[in-house]
Amino acid sequence: MFTALKGRLAWSAVAVGAVVALAGCASGDPLDEGADAGGESAEALVVASQAYYSNEIIAEIYSQALEAGGFEVDRQFQIGQREVYLPELEAGNIDVFPEYIGSLLQALDPEATSGTPAEVFAALQEALPEGLTALEPAAASDQNSWTVTQAFAEANDLTDVASLAGVTEPITVGGNAELATRPYGPDALQELYGVEIAEVKSIEDSGGPLTVKALVDNDIQLANIYTADPNIKANNLVALDDPDGIFFPDNVAAIVSDNVDADAQAILDEVNAALSADALVGLNAESVNDQKAAEVIAEAWLTENGLI
Amino acid sequence: MNLFADAIAWLLDPAHYGGSNGIEVRTVEHLWISLVSLVIAAAIAIPAGFLIGHTGRGKGIAVLVSGGVRALPTLGLISILGLTIGIGVGAPIISFVVLAIPSILAGAYAGFEAVDRRTIDAARASGMTEWQIVSRVELPLGLPLLMGGIRSATLQIIATATLAAYISGGGLGSFIFLGLRTNDYSQMLAGSILVIVLAIVFEGVFAVLQRLVVPAGVRAGQRKDVRSGSPRSRAAAA
Repeated sequence: MFTALKGRLAWSAVAVGAVVALAGCASGDPLDEGADAGGESAEALVVASQAYYSNEIIAEIYSQALEAGGFEVDRQFQIGQREVYLPELEAGNIDVFPEYIGSLLQALDPEATSGTPAEVFAALQEALPEGLTALEPAAASDQNSWTVTQAFAEANDLTDVASLAGVTEPITVGGNAELATRPYGPDALQELYGVEIAEVKSIEDSGGPLTVKALVDNDIQLANIYTADPNIKANNLVALDDPDGIFFPDNVAAIVSDNVDADAQAILDEVNAALSADALVGLNAESVNDQKAAEVIAEAWLTENGLI
Repeated sequence: MNLFADAIAWLLDPAHYGGSNGIEVRTVEHLWISLVSLVIAAAIAIPAGFLIGHTGRGKGIAVLVSGGVRALPTLGLISILGLTIGIGVGAPIISFVVLAIPSILAGAYAGFEAVDRRTIDAARASGMTEWQIVSRVELPLGLPLLMGGIRSATLQIIATATLAAYISGGGLGSFIFLGLRTNDYSQMLAGSILVIVLAIVFEGVFAVLQRLVVPAGVRAGQRKDVRSGSPRSRAAAA
């Protein structure tokens, strides 16, 4: 009886020790800017990311580039969706955040209207609160698109969304149910370009594998898929050009606080200049298809582009 | 309460009837998907349940399998099947069949099992063949419990059939998904109300059916509701 009790006590001690050790790793409030973390991280820049694998890769690229430039970086990745981190960003608890200009603008100003990337970027600078700046966006974007299969595009000479008007066979659209109510939805295609949509099928996985499958099976001909999705390349899909900006352009831009000095900004500018649309799709594919970790993908890409 | 009033107003708005997304069209789709799933599930589960109940063999496996199947998340099943056979009503119907089988199977074999052994022995002693025992003794006496199984399976299917809309299978889930995604909560609630009404209607129908299928001899001897009385005393009284 007594030995059993002793054994149990020993296990409890181990468990308590493990909990204390784990708590030490977490180092208190993740968003507290190092005031209580000693001199070591007093000047560290807090780089954060959304809970979205592609966003984390970009944040990791920013972090490694800044570290190579002699800055200390405190990584706070995977903090939920925009509703969760936007207040922290506005409060100045985050110094560098990779964002998408159109989506961020819509979150800050629900009344905003779409336009070219330059127009949306200008509107975003206006809408950002005091103390935050958006650096020059990259060519890479991760945005909504009207996507078709390569075969369908070739058969109907499709290049951009307007050319859908020339398609003679009935077009079935697939996507989330709310697509029908969106300003870029089937009604907008009809109104702006005279595209005839025969039917809208709702597939509620936000352009995920079920939507891709339906497109490849020709159950639907036109789908709403994110442009940086590696599925586009892997399944020979074509995202139609959107010259009139019916979708908000969502180019990647670094949102920085006043703690980010000119040298650090120059480093981030250099990274974004190298981040082309194909580069982002390639990075995402390495994560989705090859299951590589963000650090590995980021380091390989930075080295390849001579940035570190 | 305001939201509830908005949902009722949404249901009464004539603009929401007619067309491929009309309330009546989605309701018929919902009923059709539910009915097809229920019939297929019953065709599989009832014979299997009778066999298990009559022979008393394979009950362990049936309990294991149906318990395991119950733990399958239907949405996950729909997604995986959808990736294999494509979008449409196929994947949802297979998933709803899988969802309904455990309840019906349990009702079928529990109904047979609940029949007093002495009643069966008496039937056999009076010269009935195995088939006569099944069709004239076990089946009628087990029918109320089987109906109970079908009743709960129907309820599950009608509630879960909302997921068909996830993969363009249609049904009343269309209103719920669209309402959810566009913050149109009156539409979402209206869709839910329609599903609830369907569920209540079928619950009522089955409650009546479950009473009607109690054999006259059993009914004469019972004082309380069939579900609360012990099968032993009921059979003895009969």
